[in-house]
Amino acid sequence: MKIAERRLDKATILDVSGDIDLATSPELRKALLRELREARMPRVVLNLRAVRYIDSSGVASLVEGLKVSRDLGARLILFGLNTTVREVLQLSKLVRIFEICENEEQAVSP
Amino acid sequence: MSRSRLLLKLELQSNPEMLSVVRQALGQLAETLGFSSAECRAVVLAVDEALTNIIRHAYDGEGKRPIQALFHRIEVRRDGEQRKALEIVLEDSGKRIDQARLCGRPLEELRPGGLGLHFIQECMDTVEFRREKGKNQLRLVKLLNFQKMEKGA
Repeated sequence: MKIAERRLDKATILDVSGDIDLATSPELRKALLRELREARMPRVVLNLRAVRYIDSSGVASLVEGLKVSRDLGARLILFGLNTTVREVLQLSKLVRIFEICENEEQAVSP
Repeated sequence: MSRSRLLLKLELQSNPEMLSVVRQALGQLAETLGFSSAECRAVVLAVDEALTNIIRHAYDGEGKRPIQALFHRIEVRRDGEQRKALEIVLEDSGKRIDQARLCGRPLEELRPGGLGLHFIQECMDTVEFRREKGKNQLRLVKLLNFQKMEKGA
């Protein structure tokens, strides 16, 4: 898994690629918490278009990021969900709790 | 009486880096057997989650403990019909798994963790756990919906 970071005025976009699993999900969690807790970004956007695989540990990292964003009054937004990612989120029954956009333009619009 | 034929045997260490290797191999095996793309993803997710549970819970995150994975083509009686299926047996020498922990948790709780078992149960047709001779053994079965298993198997 790789995470590339783009900082806009009031949002950070994390472009995630590869597999999110037990070996790599700690890195995703760390990046999310850094942007939310340390950088205090009001909006953190995850681009999941190039994610080939996500498991329950990856979903857990997203859930933790969501909880922290809510605690801090920030927003965690996902976009670019492919079939694999969408299937796993639907299987987790947590898909409705996430703010999901169709594309980057929607995700960063005010 | 079910017929069984060994397709693949993997001996791996409890290292999270190995998970992607197993996913690759299993994805190709399931595809070769004739499972649909969605079924292949389901089988891969279930086995990945089961291996993750072994690493995290049976071995407490130790990275050099042994795990054996056996993949068999089997035939089973289901609803009065003889069905072809993929059987996966994962075996580890870790600590005894608390049966209560195998029940999962309510999904409406917004908290990280506890989803793995739910994924396994949703993705597979049979999930059986047993402890024997100091080893944990998890047996997973995925039925093939169409009779394509002659291909490459």
